[in-house]
Amino acid sequence: MMLLPCPWCGPRNVSEFRYAGEAGTRPEPGQATPEQWRRYLYFHTNPAGWVRESWYHGAGCRRYFPLERHTVSNETRATGESR
Amino acid sequence: MTQQTARTTAATAIDRMRLGPQPGEVIDRSATFRFRWNGREYPAHPGDTIVSALAAAGERVFSRSYKYHRPRGVLTASYLDPGAMVQVGDEPNVRGAHRLVEAGMDVRSQNTWPSLRFDVKAVNGLAGRFLSTGFYYKTFIKPERLWPAYEKVLQRFVHAGQVSPDTPHGYYDKRYAHPDVLVAGGGPAGLSAAVAAARAGAQVMLVEEEHQLGGHLRWGGEADLALLSELTGLVAATPGIEVLTDSVVLGRYDDNWVAVVQRNLPGVGERLIKARAKTIVAAPGLIERPYVFDGNDTPGVMLSTAVRRLINLHAVRPGRRAVVLSANADGDTAAADLARVGVDVARVVDARTGGDVVRALGRKNLRAVELGDGSTVECDLLVTATGWTAPTSLLNMSGDKPVYDPRAARFVPDPSQLPDDMLPAGGIAGDGTVAQLVDHADAVGRKAARRAAGTAAGWHATVPTRRDTDKADTVQDRDDEVEVPELEMAAHPEMFRAATHGIVDFSEDVSSKDLHAAVKEGYGSVELVKRYTTATMGPPQGKLETVNTVAIVAEATGSTVAQTGTTTWRPPYAPVTLGALAGRIFEPVRYSPMQPWHEAHSAAPLVAGQWIRPDHYGDPDAEVRAVREGVGIIDVTPIGKLDLRGPDVAKLLNLLYVNKWSKLGIGRVRYGVMCADDGVVMDDGVTGRLGAEHYLMSTTSSGAAAVWEWVENWLQTEHPEWDVHVTPVTTAYASINVAGPRSRELVGRLAEGVDLDPETFGYMQVRTGTVAGVEDCVLWRIGFTGELSYELHVPAAHGLHVWEALAEAGSDLGVAAFGVEAQRILRLEKGHLIVGQDTDGLTQAYSAGLDWAIKLDKDDFVGKPELAWQAQHADYPKLVGLQPVDPAVVPPEASQIITETCSQGRSINPETCSQGRSINTPGSRIAGRITSSRHSPTLGRAICLGQLEPALATPGTEVTVRLPDGRDITARVTEHLAAVDPEGHRQHVVSGDASDDSHRHSRGAARSPIAPAEPRDEVHGWEVSARRSTAELTISDATPLAKIAVRAPVGGAMQQALGVPFGRMARDRDGALVIGSGPGEWLVLAPAGTGASTRQRLEGAADGLDEFATVTDLTHGRALMRLCGARSADLLAKVCGVDLSDAVTPEGAAFRTSVARLVTDVVRDDSGTAPGYLLHCERSSGQYLFDALLDAGAEFGIEIDGFSTAGI
Repeated sequence: MMLLPCPWCGPRNVSEFRYAGEAGTRPEPGQATPEQWRRYLYFHTNPAGWVRESWYHGAGCRRYFPLERHTVSNETRATGESR
Repeated sequence: MTQQTARTTAATAIDRMRLGPQPGEVIDRSATFRFRWNGREYPAHPGDTIVSALAAAGERVFSRSYKYHRPRGVLTASYLDPGAMVQVGDEPNVRGAHRLVEAGMDVRSQNTWPSLRFDVKAVNGLAGRFLSTGFYYKTFIKPERLWPAYEKVLQRFVHAGQVSPDTPHGYYDKRYAHPDVLVAGGGPAGLSAAVAAARAGAQVMLVEEEHQLGGHLRWGGEADLALLSELTGLVAATPGIEVLTDSVVLGRYDDNWVAVVQRNLPGVGERLIKARAKTIVAAPGLIERPYVFDGNDTPGVMLSTAVRRLINLHAVRPGRRAVVLSANADGDTAAADLARVGVDVARVVDARTGGDVVRALGRKNLRAVELGDGSTVECDLLVTATGWTAPTSLLNMSGDKPVYDPRAARFVPDPSQLPDDMLPAGGIAGDGTVAQLVDHADAVGRKAARRAAGTAAGWHATVPTRRDTDKADTVQDRDDEVEVPELEMAAHPEMFRAATHGIVDFSEDVSSKDLHAAVKEGYGSVELVKRYTTATMGPPQGKLETVNTVAIVAEATGSTVAQTGTTTWRPPYAPVTLGALAGRIFEPVRYSPMQPWHEAHSAAPLVAGQWIRPDHYGDPDAEVRAVREGVGIIDVTPIGKLDLRGPDVAKLLNLLYVNKWSKLGIGRVRYGVMCADDGVVMDDGVTGRLGAEHYLMSTTSSGAAAVWEWVENWLQTEHPEWDVHVTPVTTAYASINVAGPRSRELVGRLAEGVDLDPETFGYMQVRTGTVAGVEDCVLWRIGFTGELSYELHVPAAHGLHVWEALAEAGSDLGVAAFGVEAQRILRLEKGHLIVGQDTDGLTQAYSAGLDWAIKLDKDDFVGKPELAWQAQHADYPKLVGLQPVDPAVVPPEASQIITETCSQGRSINPETCSQGRSINTPGSRIAGRITSSRHSPTLGRAICLGQLEPALATPGTEVTVRLPDGRDITARVTEHLAAVDPEGHRQHVVSGDASDDSHRHSRGAARSPIAPAEPRDEVHGWEVSARRSTAELTISDATPLAKIAVRAPVGGAMQQALGVPFGRMARDRDGALVIGSGPGEWLVLAPAGTGASTRQRLEGAADGLDEFATVTDLTHGRALMRLCGARSADLLAKVCGVDLSDAVTPEGAAFRTSVARLVTDVVRDDSGTAPGYLLHCERSSGQYLFDALLDAGAEFGIEIDGFSTAGI
């Protein structure tokens, strides 16, 4: 059971959180081409290494927060802009 | 033989092999009791294991081997002993050399038929062809039709005991722990490390697999016993060490999450401890490995450690005449022990000078040993001491890969690969004198404590639950410069197999010949040989067999042991019962306030997610007719309800719904559809505007939690600048839909202050008012059923009262309660879709028949780009109404609609046919499916909704529906989705006098979701328990307290006014308890009955501030309970994974976490010196949480205490 460093609650078991996906920026819907839009919807970099993710602490502070996780070792680190 | 003589024989038997008192013995000779072995009585002393008691009586065979059914006796005399698996009563696979025997125990051999002595399956030994290497993959496979017969035969041969289906469910337990240092292994190194770590200030959990601490010191000589008593004395005298014996560390997972199983607890099967250890000291010691030669599994051949355990711990003579094969000092000591207790040591064969054994002779008992020098020595005991295995499992689970050291003849860890929080000590770290190992472990223990302190300091700095005054004390001496002395590796002869072949894996009956055969068949890698032969895959999981397996594979492949490498140690380290892994089952359930009425009226329960709902009350068709003809009431409490407040709510609604919300007037309700960013329909519901900046959103019952998270996601990550506060109030209201042409009449009899006249309170409007004497009810006029209907949202504690009032007031109108099934029929008749049933994970909004709602002229809304695309490319499936031509056939939901392929025999055009796949019939493909179907009692025929490809979706088209049984039926596409009243006339029926009754109703007592324990009383309008308990540990229902939620910016003026940050709790000047329950979120608890005044006081405080702050009364939305007593933290540790120590969650800590798998707010609120906790959760799960806490507290003698009126 991994620990995740919640910027509000401190380290908690990962089972308290919901993975909310690789963090990405939503394109401006009025301007994005269908291709850009679908790239945003369906394409993820999924690297073997550090990835920036969004997590939701559903059984805790109920905040969404960004987190960096190493997909090989499961190491985590705060992003600096903690909240 | 008579029973009398049997007893005499047994009594003389114990004299035969039981030795006189031994210095380190663990048996209590002052007491003797009896137990049964295969139906015969045997004597035993307290402290005896099953096997030691039987061995003392002269028994030597305890089981039959797996494949060949060869007799098996003692090999290791420890938990691992593969020959000592027995059945005890109902319990199979008991480790007979570990389990302490008890008076009256009924022990039987397993894997024998008809008896241990005459086992017919031993014929397998002669039928080797069928049980050759890899027989799992070769035999009993073909022909396939014979498999059921094979299965029946094979079941009789299974290597296990018997589980009776009548065996009562055992009680398995679980708890969480947060040690600074977890020491795995209670031998000299583990004891030394534990004491050193505890002295350095660490909280230590010391886990030992055996019944006593001490490891090999226990069966050692005088000096060992002196050290044992010194070390165990220190452990007992040092505070901060929790000792768990007969317990084992099963595995190490991410971030030092450690599973420990605790056995032999009174009244408990096993207990699983989930420990988050800041550092781990792995000190499992070394495990002696068997030697491979012909006959090495004959009863009477055993390891030197087995002999020393039998003699020194249990005072059992292992044999009468012994040969000892010794390659190390422990073998020599075993020979000395044997000589000391009077065993005739016929020969000591020294392997260090080239001595060896060739084969053991005998079948049920060892007769003689053939030696390497050609001589044969008669004996009944052959002791081997040929080397050690380092059980480095925990290290390997942390990333270490063991390397082979040929000089020491064993695999050793490579500590350079280990993370900082995993430290090896004792035999797995190296060799040396006991004193050297103890010194080494002492340094490791200190180092572990310091590293743990460093980790703790880092964690403590980030938790919001500590007081400001707690912050400083975590910085301890974090000096990591503890000198850990080096341990040398001692030289040892490489001994794995003699000149003959023998058993390598005693549990799986795999011989060295089998391993050679596997290599010859092409399995060169040790990982493949393992899986092909199942070597190392039995209960000891390689702890006895791995090194020999690797060595023999190396020998067969002509490579070295180092080149061959080892297999991977994985959890669990030791076998564990499934009961312990399953633990106690926590499945939160949710009930509506009307549940007692439903139960009293024989409702058939429907499990819908966590909710238990009435499916029907006996006859759903009659319930449908009652609604269509008169009036019905349904409990729709699970409908998701979100309270939305703030100036920007309309912006939020415009973004999340596909339709427009800017112009929704106060008192109006609108239906809305939510899509995800890919345009797929996510949820639907109605939202009403209660005030200028106050809305109530409803969601589907199953989507309530997801929609809340969805809304929060958009507010927190995309639009933090919007001023909107969202509060889930699903269970703050009991929701009742009153439906039918006479619903206005019925509601009119109970409503006060609400004008129900259709001219003033029209369709899709909302009002607030009093119903049956209950104030603050919300009434929407909406119609899922297609009838005139009012949905009443009633403060939950009065839900049952209003429901009962409706049932009573409507008795002359023929009011009927209807359940989910009737509602599903009614809505299907009306053609209303259910998201998730008539849509799936690919259904975009236009495919759900929602064209009328989608407003592509809005600037933005979630899903718009994809829906714009869908609108342009009109070739999408459509939701249609369907009616089977034969009205009596109801096609089951998910039946496929099929059509001819577009171009039979020729190439299929992928543009138009790519979605279809051929099903069964060549030339046909899937063109859609039935999503909902029922028999309509109103129309007397089958009606359906379905998803259909556009070419077939024109009204009047006839399509083919394939039923699951293969029959095809014809159905016709209807003009409307609705089969009943497509024009919507019934919604506007004018009936009855809406206000014939103007007398005031009494609202009755408010009710908690937790049934009050007798005797009962009424306090401040709440029905409460008046029970009084003086138990050490009590639980009481505190739900009647007023609970007011406050939302305001983190660190802002409101926070200043409340005086409490997130993570802490304090009492304010007015005697209320202010809890910092979330970032920018507070819950204020005040005495029962003061909800309105407390809310007004807080609203007053918020009004003057220049920031966005809201106040919501959640008194009806939460269940609240209080635990009180010294053991309350121990109770909570069984259901809650957060560290409950003073260092992390001291008095005044407030945190939200999972308690018994339910999201719960926990507040540490000690009373005097006794720790106490307040817990609050969603109202609907209150009874569940209360029961879970009572269950967890049973071992501490918890009792229910009634409601306390003395403050908070």
